[in-house]
Amino acid sequence: MLKCRSAWGKLAPFARGAATLQRQNVTRTGLTNGRTTARVPAAHMATWPAGGGQNHLYVLLVGATCVGGAIYAYRTVKGDQRRYQERIAEISSRPHRRAKEATAGLHAEPPAQEVVATAVAESEAPVDPPSEEPDARSAAPSETTQPPQADEPAAEEAPAETLAEEAAGRDSAQPSPALPWHAPYLLIGGGTASFAAARSIRARDPGARVLIVTDEADLPYMRPPLSKELWFSDDPAVTDTLRFKQWNGKERSIYFQPSSFYITPEELSNAENGGVAVLTSKKVVHMDVRGNKVKLDDDAEISYDKCLIATGGVPRNLQVLDRAGDEVKSRTTLFRKIDDFRSLDKVSRNIKSITVIGGGFLGSELACALGRRSQDSGLEVIQMFPEKGNMGKVLPEYLSNWTTEKVKTEGVKVISEALVKSVTCKDDQLEIKLKDGRLVKTDHIVAAVGLEPNVDLAKSAGLEVDSDFGGYRVNAELQARSNIWVAGDAACFYDIRLGRRRVEHHDHAVVSGRLAGENMTGANKPYWHQSMFWSDLGPDVGYEAIGIVDSSLPTVGVFAKATAKDTPKAATEKSGTGIRSESETEDVASSAAAPPTPAPAVAAPKDDYGKGVVFYLRDKVVVGIILWNVFNRMPIARKIIKDGEEHADLNEVAKLFNIHED
Amino acid sequence: MSYCRQEGKDRIIFVTKEDHEAPSNAELIADDPHDPYEEQGLILPNGDINWNCPCLGGMASGPCGSQFKEAFSCFHYSKEEVKGSECIDHFRNMQECMQRYPELYPQEEDKESSNQPQEKSASDSTEGHSLSPQTDPVPVSSPTENQTAT
Repeated sequence: MLKCRSAWGKLAPFARGAATLQRQNVTRTGLTNGRTTARVPAAHMATWPAGGGQNHLYVLLVGATCVGGAIYAYRTVKGDQRRYQERIAEISSRPHRRAKEATAGLHAEPPAQEVVATAVAESEAPVDPPSEEPDARSAAPSETTQPPQADEPAAEEAPAETLAEEAAGRDSAQPSPALPWHAPYLLIGGGTASFAAARSIRARDPGARVLIVTDEADLPYMRPPLSKELWFSDDPAVTDTLRFKQWNGKERSIYFQPSSFYITPEELSNAENGGVAVLTSKKVVHMDVRGNKVKLDDDAEISYDKCLIATGGVPRNLQVLDRAGDEVKSRTTLFRKIDDFRSLDKVSRNIKSITVIGGGFLGSELACALGRRSQDSGLEVIQMFPEKGNMGKVLPEYLSNWTTEKVKTEGVKVISEALVKSVTCKDDQLEIKLKDGRLVKTDHIVAAVGLEPNVDLAKSAGLEVDSDFGGYRVNAELQARSNIWVAGDAACFYDIRLGRRRVEHHDHAVVSGRLAGENMTGANKPYWHQSMFWSDLGPDVGYEAIGIVDSSLPTVGVFAKATAKDTPKAATEKSGTGIRSESETEDVASSAAAPPTPAPAVAAPKDDYGKGVVFYLRDKVVVGIILWNVFNRMPIARKIIKDGEEHADLNEVAKLFNIHED
Repeated sequence: MSYCRQEGKDRIIFVTKEDHEAPSNAELIADDPHDPYEEQGLILPNGDINWNCPCLGGMASGPCGSQFKEAFSCFHYSKEEVKGSECIDHFRNMQECMQRYPELYPQEEDKESSNQPQEKSASDSTEGHSLSPQTDPVPVSSPTENQTAT
């Protein structure tokens, strides 16, 4: 074969030349035929070497050459294709090999794996019997020994499955190196909602096998401490340990569970009692709803019985920042993940001035956290936003103004009604130009301007995306289609009481994740238990809220005067809970770690909103409640919203909360 | 005396302690304890154990989940005089399993005690890895969530 090949190779230029010559002949003949015949003899003389009788031989020769050339070209292309597939298979088998070597210590021979990969690729390639390829010599024996590589684009269906069965039956001593390409419960996304669903599924379906696929490198963790507790930690190694102290003195990690809680993806198919496996640093790029399977970014495919999409979102960016160029971008942080916390912590220690753009939950919490730090380090902390006051879209104006004053006492320079027009980098400093002409110079920007829900899979899966709220549109039971549920930040769901909405809070992720997990195991329950949220802005201001809390709604606020006992710190100390929402459902980090003594009480003006309750009304029905510096009364608030009644006198309703009491 | 103010669409009421002394006349709808939509406590209306109760933390879902479920079910349905006395084997299995994961189940002396959920909250020591609540005996906390305030 090789001799033939080289012979063909030598003939190739000649063949090609002849082929082009023949083509030229044909075209010329075609062209000239339509024109004057006078030119023909001359053309003929130029191209045809001989006339008449020798024509036939010549035609035959040229024809044969063309056919030969065509065969050669076809063979080359096919060979290249095969070599390419082998190469890809070999490359993709390497990380698995390495992972195995790192963990197991003893494992199958890498060359054997590679050979299997090629063998399987071989069986799929349409051309060339294996005997022609030197690599394929062990195709026959290797098929029976090794479990195949799952991340073969070709190696999926029948050949792979039979190989797996053989290997599984044969190879009980060696751990299977392959990905589980079938997961009964597949959870896309490794955040709070996903973890809550995993817990729920495992609790309700004994021996359930749950696979979480996340594009982050971290195991599931909780987000609230990243903008609160972790910043108040005294431990210099906090960026590594990610542990924080709760108010009751107990320390915990932001990770929901340590790694020993999970099993590895490889063990999933064989684990006797099932378990939860997390596949990190892998992104799901395509979803085939008809075939009940997904494709990862490394071309591996995983099929499922039930699937949860809990992909959360990515931080939004301001257009002006996006277009501002690399110098500005390298000095901008979009805050969401552990890595963002680590880098912002590092950056904030080495600069003189930092600006937070955004006046909502995240922006205000970060500004307060950085402001606290500024008292030691002399860091200038600026916060700017288009609204009139902090939390302007959540709190009624009077409360928003009051909050802004409190934020200022935390050491933050607040610039309200600020619209960013442009950002440039000059002399290693950022210059932010506002629409009203003000100029702010700073070293680093943190943009906290919202979350863009991640709906990348909507197109391939054919799932509906909501145009009002963003996110995947699901029904009241969080179901998008048969066998597909969506939970957490990415879910736009129907709330039976409050209507269609999309909620971006931690407790909602827990509640919706749990519900999705229940429904994936056959519960068929709608979203009914209202989730809550909370925020702490310094030691004096903390609130819990539930329902629709939108400052554009009419509100009724009932306030009492706050005493020193009514602060977030006092609340947790008294109830003995380390975490405010523990008294609700599960452990979730919350309260800000205040300095040992609360800040001296601000001279109380006549309108001091120390503590109270604020009702948000829609068509005279209470749809949202804020418990302002009043804690451990969320069940009452939840009940009021659940009832959905029209109350004539909200002061009477406020009595239910006993706001004067601790 | 209470005093009221209107700021645009927002109404603000300041009340003293005396103003709120009289009991509320606001009417709340009575709860249906058998409502299937509601979050259930540890024990379901039909007497079964709610393994998904947040009060159990990760006990029923972790690596030792099945052993825990067996042990606790045995205890729950036990009709012996000393409740759970026939369940020693199950509890032993569970303990053995938990010893294999010291990170998840910090070792305590009285793991075999029959009062599992209560104990779980006690065993949540400074490690605090699992997500169990640190409130009082858990069978009480969840059902009260849905009760009306008086």
